[in-house]
Amino acid sequence: MQLKTKGKPHNIFYPVVGRVTKDHTANAEILLIEGEIPTDAITRFSLVLTTLDIDKAIDKPSVYAIPGFEHLSEGDIVLVNTSGMINTLYRVNSNHNFLLFTERCNSNCLMCSQPPKNRDDTSYFFDTYKQLIPLIPKNCFELGITGGEPTLLGERFFQLLELLASNLPETEIHCLTNGRTFAWPHITNRLGELSYNRLMLGIPIYSDYYQLHDYVVQAKGAFDQTIQGLYNLAKNNIRVELRIVLHKQTIPRLAQLAKFIYKNLPFAEHITFMGLEYQGYTPHNIDKLWIDPVDYSDILSEAINYLSDYGMNVSIYNSQLCTTPKNIWQFARKSISDWKNIYLDECNKCAVLNECGGLFQSNAAKHSAYIKAIMQE
Amino acid sequence: MLTDSLPNENATRKFKEFEYFGSKSDFSYYLLPFRFHNINEQREILVNEIGDFLIVPTGTAELIIERKINPIAYPELYGDLIANFFISEQPIPSLIDVLATRYRTKKSFLDYFTSLHIFVISLRCEHTCHYCQVSRVTSDKSRYDMSKEHIDAGIEMMMQSPNPHVTMEFQGGEALLAFDNIIYAVEKAKEAAIMRKKTVSYVICTNLAPLTEEMLIYFKENNILISTSLDGPDFIHNKNRHKPHSNSYQYAVNGIIKCREELGAENVSALLTTTNLSLQYPEEIVDEYVRLGFKNMFLRPISPYGFATRNEGKNKYVTQEFLEFYKKALKKIIQYNLDGHFIREDYASIILKKMLTPFPVGYVDLQSPAGLINSVIVFNYDGEIYATDESRMLAEMKDFTFKLGTLGINTYEEVFYGKKSLELSEAFLNESLPGCSDCAFQSYCGADPVFNYTTQGDIYGHRPTSSFCQRNMEIMRHLIELMDSDKKIEKIFRTWITGKN
Repeated sequence: MQLKTKGKPHNIFYPVVGRVTKDHTANAEILLIEGEIPTDAITRFSLVLTTLDIDKAIDKPSVYAIPGFEHLSEGDIVLVNTSGMINTLYRVNSNHNFLLFTERCNSNCLMCSQPPKNRDDTSYFFDTYKQLIPLIPKNCFELGITGGEPTLLGERFFQLLELLASNLPETEIHCLTNGRTFAWPHITNRLGELSYNRLMLGIPIYSDYYQLHDYVVQAKGAFDQTIQGLYNLAKNNIRVELRIVLHKQTIPRLAQLAKFIYKNLPFAEHITFMGLEYQGYTPHNIDKLWIDPVDYSDILSEAINYLSDYGMNVSIYNSQLCTTPKNIWQFARKSISDWKNIYLDECNKCAVLNECGGLFQSNAAKHSAYIKAIMQE
Repeated sequence: MLTDSLPNENATRKFKEFEYFGSKSDFSYYLLPFRFHNINEQREILVNEIGDFLIVPTGTAELIIERKINPIAYPELYGDLIANFFISEQPIPSLIDVLATRYRTKKSFLDYFTSLHIFVISLRCEHTCHYCQVSRVTSDKSRYDMSKEHIDAGIEMMMQSPNPHVTMEFQGGEALLAFDNIIYAVEKAKEAAIMRKKTVSYVICTNLAPLTEEMLIYFKENNILISTSLDGPDFIHNKNRHKPHSNSYQYAVNGIIKCREELGAENVSALLTTTNLSLQYPEEIVDEYVRLGFKNMFLRPISPYGFATRNEGKNKYVTQEFLEFYKKALKKIIQYNLDGHFIREDYASIILKKMLTPFPVGYVDLQSPAGLINSVIVFNYDGEIYATDESRMLAEMKDFTFKLGTLGINTYEEVFYGKKSLELSEAFLNESLPGCSDCAFQSYCGADPVFNYTTQGDIYGHRPTSSFCQRNMEIMRHLIELMDSDKKIEKIFRTWITGKN
C-alpha cells in the first residue's frame, strides 16, 4: 500500500498538515489538482498539490509534478514536507490509522519490526501531530500510537494525549509502549490524572524471568521497570494490554509466563500472543528467533487455555489458521493492518480463507513450512 | 532521567548475548521466605509467602537451601525460583512491592471486618437429628425463640459493623418455626440498612419441612437465600435427620424443588453433614446430589461436637475414616466432570482458589486470621453473643469460654475489641501458631481456636495430634497430588474455581 509520494516543492517553507480534496468547495486545507487549475478557488486552500508540471503559474505554496493521487481519498490527511515529500498521516477509509510519536527507543528488541533511530525527532513529530489531531474526523473509531517509545516525548507525550482526549473523545486510543517509563510513579500519576478511559496501553512482556526478557529487549533492568510500570499503571486505573511476540526465545517459558501474568498481572484487560513479523531487525537475528509456528502449537495452546480458563481475555495475532491448533482458533484474530496484510497463492484454495488473518507482507519471505489450504470437510 | 539510558546519536546498537543480562556472575543468591512439604515419594511442594507454589522432585528444597542451584546446571528451575519469588539475586528483590501487593490482596478479605451475622432465631425444632446438640422439640416459644428486644439489639450491632455489606443468617433450631420472628427481623434490618447505607444479604438455614407458599413469596420478595441440609439418599438422610413419624428426606427434596421453582436454582443450596453412616456411602451420596440436579456439593467434615472428643486416638481414627470417605466421594465427583457433567465440591474449590488464584478467599472455617469475630459473630436465641456457631454449641454443654457478651447489655466495642476477643486473637493467626508457622500449607489453611479448645483443651492446640491439621493437610496434599498427576484434573479444578464449564 502506498503511503507516500513526491513532487517538486514550490514556496513551502515549513511542513504543512492538511486534509486533501479534489472538490474546491469542500472543507479542507489542501487542494488536489489533476486537470485545469481553478485559479479563483485555490485562494481558500493553504496548499495545492498537482500532477501538472508547472510552478510559476500558481501563486501559492504547492507541490507539482506528482506522479498521481490514486492512493489518496477525499479527507485523507497528509503531511507536505519542504522537500516535496508527501506522507499520508491519516486515511479516512481505514481502521488502522496510527501516529508514530518518535523513532527513538530505550530498548532495542531482537525482533523489532521498526528499528529505532537515535536522532532526536521529538519536536518534529510533536509539531506535526499538534496540527494533525484537530483535523481527524470525530467519528474515528480507533487510533494507534506507536514508536519507537512514545513516552520518550516526555511532557509532550501528555500534551498530545490531552489533545486527543479533547478533540476525539469517542475514539479508542491504543498506545504501544514498553512501559518502562511508568516505573517512575510521578509520570504514571500524571497519566492517571488524565482519567483517559479510551486509552489503552499495549505493553510487551516476553518472559517471567528477568534475564530472558532483558535479553529479548536488549536492555538491562527493563523487566523490573516494566513490571513496576504495570503496577503503577494499575494503581492509577489505566487500562493495559500485554503483548507477547512468539519466537524461539519466548516460547520455552511461555507456560510459565502465562502463569506469571495471571498471578501477578490479573488486571491486564487483554493479552495478545503475536506471530513474528519478518521485518526490521528480525531477518538479521533470524537464527536466534525462528521457530516454526507448528512447532510451538502445543505450548501456545497450553498458555492460551490456561489464561482463558481463568477468565482472562486472550487473543492470537498474526497467525494463520492452518498452523494454529483448532482448539485455539476461537482466539485467532484478523489483526494485521490492511496495508501490510497478504495471503499466499496456496491460500486461494482454502475453505477458511475469510476467517484467517493471513500473513504480513514481510512474511512472504519467511513463514511456516506447513501453510496449506484447509479443504472443506 | 528517562533519556539517560538512550544511546546518543553516534552509538551503536550492536546486539549483546544472553549472559550479558544476568545480574550475577558468582551465582550467589538469597532465600526469600518459602516453605515445603512432601507430596509423595517422588515429589515435593515449595510454597512462597503469597501461596504460589512449585511442585518439584524430592530433594529440591535442600538443594536450594544449600545454594546448589545455579542457572547453568538448572536453567529452568533457576528461572522458576527467581520469577516466583523463592530466591533473589539481591538481598531485597527489586520487585518486592509486587510481593507486598500480592500479600495485601490475599489478605484483603479482612478489609471490611465482620460480615456474617448469625441470628439463632429459635432453638425449637421438629427434627431430632442425632448429630444435633442444640435443638429442642417444644412449643415453648417464649423460652426458646429470640425476643424482639434481642433481635433489635442484634440488628443494631450488625449495623455498627464497618462492613458496607453484611449477611444476616437465620439459624435454628428450625428457623422457619419462628417465621414471624424472621419477618420481624428482616423488616427491621431493611429499615436500618437504608438509614445506615448498608446492603444486607439474607440467608435462612432450614430443613424445609415447615415451608409454606406464604414463606416462598416472602423469600422471593426479599431475595432471601435458602440453605438446607441434604445428607444423601433417603436411607441416609432419614436416619441422620430423624423427624418423628415422617419422611424428612421427602420434605427436604420437595422443599428444594419448590424453592428452585420459585427462587431460582442459584438461590438454593444444600449442605451435607457426614456421619458414621454416610462414611460407608460416598458414591451413593454423590449420585444423589447429581440426580437432584445440584451443580455443587459441600462435603463437610465431621463436626467435632458430635464425634470428636478429647480422645486423641479416637479423633485420629475418625478423621482417617472421613478422609477416605472424602477422597472416594471426590474421585466420583471428578469422574462426573471427566464424563462431561459439571458438579463441583465446595471445600476443595475453596482450597483450590487459595492455591491457584491471586485473589482473596475469606471462608470463615478456613482462614487466618480466623473467621471468628473477624468475619462472623453469633447472636444466640437467648441474647448471648458467641464467637462462632460452634461456640454456642459448647455453651449448650455449659462451657461459656467463647461467650463475648450479651445483646442489649454490652457495647459493640466491648464485644469485638474486649478482653475475650483480645485473648482469642493470640491464637487466631496460623502465621504465629507452633506447627503452622513453618507449614507449607499455611497460606491455604486457617486457625480455629474453638476447635482446638474443644478437641485439645486450649485455644492454641497441638498440631501433631490435631485432627483439624490432620484433615486439612491431607486434603491439600491430595488435591496437589491429583493436579500434579493429571492435567485433565487440573483443568476441571479451574472450572470449579471460576464456575465456568
